[in-house]
Amino acid sequence: MSSLSSSPVDISDIVALEGVTKRFPGIVANDGIDLSIRPGEVHVLLGENGAGKSTLIGMLSGLQQPDEGRILVDGKPTPITSPRHALALGIGTVFQHMMLVPTLTVAENLLLGGPWWQRPRTEELEARVAEITRSLGITVKLHARVSELSLGEQQQVEILRAMVRNSRLLILDESTSMLTPTGIEELGALMRRLVEQGLAIVFITHKLKEAAAFGDRISVLKLGRKVGEIPPERFRALGEQEIISEIVELMFGKQKDDPEAIERPARAVDAQAAPLLQVADLTVAPTDNAPGLSSISFDIRPGEILGIAGIDGNGQKQLAEALAGQRVATGGSVRLEGVSIETLSVGERRQRGLRYLTDDRLGEGTVGTFPVSINFFLKQVGAAPFWRGGVEQRAEIDKRAAELVREYDVRTPSLKTPVARLSGGNIQKVLLARELAEGAKVVIFNKPTYGLDLANTLASRQRIRDTAARGLAVLLISTDLEELLSMCDRIAVIANGALVGTVANANDARTRVGRLMIGLAA
Amino acid sequence: MTGLFSEVFLSALLFGAVTAAIPLLLAGLGEQMSEKAGVLNIGIEGMMLAGAYLGFVGAFYSGSLWLGFLTGAAGGIAVALIMALLCVRIGLNQIVIGIALTLGLEGLTALLHHFQFSRSYPRLPAADATVIPLLSDIPIIGPAFFKHHLIVYLAVALVFGMGYLYRRTQLGLNLQAAGDKPAALDVAGIDVIRTRTIAVLTTGALAGLGGAYLANVGAGLFIPFITNGAGFLGIVLAMLARGRPIWVLFGALLFGVCLSLTTAMQVAGINIPTDVIQMLPFLAVMIMLVLFGRRASLPAALGIPYERGAR
Repeated sequence: MSSLSSSPVDISDIVALEGVTKRFPGIVANDGIDLSIRPGEVHVLLGENGAGKSTLIGMLSGLQQPDEGRILVDGKPTPITSPRHALALGIGTVFQHMMLVPTLTVAENLLLGGPWWQRPRTEELEARVAEITRSLGITVKLHARVSELSLGEQQQVEILRAMVRNSRLLILDESTSMLTPTGIEELGALMRRLVEQGLAIVFITHKLKEAAAFGDRISVLKLGRKVGEIPPERFRALGEQEIISEIVELMFGKQKDDPEAIERPARAVDAQAAPLLQVADLTVAPTDNAPGLSSISFDIRPGEILGIAGIDGNGQKQLAEALAGQRVATGGSVRLEGVSIETLSVGERRQRGLRYLTDDRLGEGTVGTFPVSINFFLKQVGAAPFWRGGVEQRAEIDKRAAELVREYDVRTPSLKTPVARLSGGNIQKVLLARELAEGAKVVIFNKPTYGLDLANTLASRQRIRDTAARGLAVLLISTDLEELLSMCDRIAVIANGALVGTVANANDARTRVGRLMIGLAA
Repeated sequence: MTGLFSEVFLSALLFGAVTAAIPLLLAGLGEQMSEKAGVLNIGIEGMMLAGAYLGFVGAFYSGSLWLGFLTGAAGGIAVALIMALLCVRIGLNQIVIGIALTLGLEGLTALLHHFQFSRSYPRLPAADATVIPLLSDIPIIGPAFFKHHLIVYLAVALVFGMGYLYRRTQLGLNLQAAGDKPAALDVAGIDVIRTRTIAVLTTGALAGLGGAYLANVGAGLFIPFITNGAGFLGIVLAMLARGRPIWVLFGALLFGVCLSLTTAMQVAGINIPTDVIQMLPFLAVMIMLVLFGRRASLPAALGIPYERGAR
């Protein structure tokens, strides 16, 4: 696939890639990729974590240079040497991680990059922004500080920035990962208006539904290679379900349907059994940057999965931390097997079988520079048999760690590899192994599949189902409604730090939870 | 104790406070610029020493104070060049390099001074004061604030210049972005390394100038280790001022009062051990940190070398 003649250059391409290869120590991130990007098209790049999407974007935006192959801009081979050069060529990128300075205002962020000897041309900018926002039907608060904006608003600012700079090609890297469902729909509509104005868009995602809903052309990447493309003619001819099954065929070569849509196996929860976890009137005071909790009450029985649905930032993290003992509760009671635990420390709660899987895997979940083996036992440091008299028992640790690595299928080069070098999915497996180990009775999962690729998402979900099947009580906090619907027995909705309702996961659960989430009665 | 409130005592105290404050002000403004751009410049003490020594040598041999300020600033820039190369371009640890520069310059300037002047400490003639008409006739305040060398007024004007730079210019935006989110600046098409280099070199120039003022105007001579922690006080000022030049000025004046108390007390004939009084500025630092330091927010990327594409 490396020969240059294999991809006929179309004169209508704004940017084309020919046999582009990029290697990093140990891996080939991009292997002979051909791509054509045209005005008036949303070109979706679809692939799992590690498929090489980010590297590709890095090369288009001037952050990295290809080792082989070439990039053509307007049909002419053009090495893109720096971000500045990419901008000058009309390639604007909205990165996965926000690239705005939080301490500056929106206007100041948009002005960033002008010649340093000039005064910022605020009036000129305001006129230009007014013109663009009018044609796109969005509103932007120019004089608000970026740190005060929601993630969706910040993203609009980034798109606006690309437009202000006269970009002809807009690259959106995993732009939906931080957005609410409404935010995602708005972004989809915005992209449509942009391509109607003649812009070219490259939209990177690992979500099949978005690809099918927003794309005109789809290229599928897998392990650094492009494994297939659905051109616009074909795209229009197929229905959404057919497109999804075709993509799945390309990506996994096995499943036929949307692999996330797994029927929830009917499990009988013994309604008579005594609840394992009883929470009554749990209250947490609000802080400057987080909502508090007001009077949260629920029970979870053995073998039951209770879901917590809601828009991110409505007190989910506070709830998980208050239960785990990491955050001070100002009132209420928490009972584990009928015994009150609200005054116990984090360690004592863990000892009694209450386990918490944080969503902050690298921050509070693991110590990135410690080896995989030690990370399995972070919460048992000093305890026998892994430590004796304060001395680390290397052999014991390695033996048990090797078992856990096998049991939980952690893909790591060795037990000594620093855990931060593993992929997100494998770090999650390390956490699962640690928290589900001996003595777990109640497990709190906070966004367990956030940021994971499909294969790891499915594996994590299966692990959670197995946990409940073993008779443990599970609290599953997630912002992904599909995930909750596919797993939970009951779903409670949290809004502004309070549970606004709980519904059994029956056929009408989707609409009822949805109504609760937007503030209506179920 | 009547001497405490006499006109002579108060104007000596305040005059001394301004003289002591100017090096702190220049160092603080310089450090503030580095920190704004994300470089923690611990080497500023070394830059001041280089400025003090070269500034003295320049003024001593040329007989011109202004030439001394020029060579002093050049000395600060020379040290800043090393800092920019090692910490900004190569990305070495800013604290380690900063301490090394300070210690290295302490030794180097003492050694050079020893070779140059053996054990003699020649003095420069007293600096000419630019007397501001009318204002200087006000009792106490007049002689304290309006009979200084021209560079004092320029340094105070610089405070407002810096404020304008940070709030109203493109360069100010770039500096802040380099400190708060360098990756955003990079993808906006501005070279982060270059922006930070400009900031560090400016710091060097201001610190060198501050050192030269300290030796040539404040003391009138050069002795080894003459800065005696002035650079470190500058770092404290920059951190407490949270990016606002005017607060550097207020802080510098406060420290200046503490520093000049020693001399003023002697003038007034009050008998307190000088060691106790010399502790005052450092006591003031701790009090200010307790009072204001907890709310001080520093740039998010302070102290972190920027590397394109690194996560």
